[in-house]
Amino acid sequence: MSHWAFVTAAYAVVLVATAGLLSWAYLTMRKAEAAAAGLKRAE
Amino acid sequence: MYVHVPAAWLGMAGWAGIAAASIAQLVWRHPLAAVAGRALAPAGATFAAVCLLTGSIWGRPTWGTWWEWDGRLTSMLILFFLYLGYIALAGAEKERGGEGRLAALFGLVGAINLPIIHYSVLWWRTLHQGQSIGVQGSSIDASILWPLPLSALGFTALFGAAVLMRMRAELAEAKVEARMRRAASE
Repeated sequence: MSHWAFVTAAYAVVLVATAGLLSWAYLTMRKAEAAAAGLKRAE
Repeated sequence: MYVHVPAAWLGMAGWAGIAAASIAQLVWRHPLAAVAGRALAPAGATFAAVCLLTGSIWGRPTWGTWWEWDGRLTSMLILFFLYLGYIALAGAEKERGGEGRLAALFGLVGAINLPIIHYSVLWWRTLHQGQSIGVQGSSIDASILWPLPLSALGFTALFGAAVLMRMRAELAEAKVEARMRRAASE
C-alpha cells in the first residue's frame, strides 16, 4: 500500500476529531446560553 | 509530524492546565478553577487521542506495527485514560453538587505522568525515536521544520477556542442551575 493512504488517513483523523470537538463545544455552548437567556426572560 | 507532534504537545499541555487549575482550586479556591479543569479535559483528551491514532497510523508503514508497548506510547495511552477518568470524576462531582476537590486532587496526582511521558524516550530506549526538538536546537532539517510552529500555533488556537466555548457553556449551565434552584426555593 502506498504511504499516501496512511498520510490521508492521519489527516482525516485530525479533521474529524478537531471538527467534532469544535462543533460539540460550539453547540453545547449555544444550547446552554439559550437556556440561560430563556430562563432570564421568563423571570 | 505536522499533526502528531502538536497533538502530543497539546495533549500534555491540557493536563498541565488541569494541574494548574487544580492548584488554583485547592489552594486559593478560585471559583473558575473547577470550570477551567472541566473545560480543558475534553479538548486535552481529543488531542491525546489524535496523537495516539496518528502515531499508530504512522507506525504501521514505518515500524511495521500499529502498536507497541513502548514507554512513550504506553505513557501517552495512560494520559488518555487519565483524561477519561478525570471527565467521569469531575462530571460525577458536578452532578452531586460538589466543589470538585476530588477531581482537583486527581488532576494533581495525574500530573506525575507528564515528566514520565517527556523522559520516557530517554529512560526506556525502545521503539519511539528520541527527542528531535530541544531547547538547544533541532535534529530536523530547517527546510521541513518551519511549518511545525505554524501548525502548532493553529492547533493551539483551535484548542483554546474549544476550551473557551466549553467554559462559556459551563458558566451558562451554572446560571441555569442557580436560577432553577432559586425558583424552586421561592
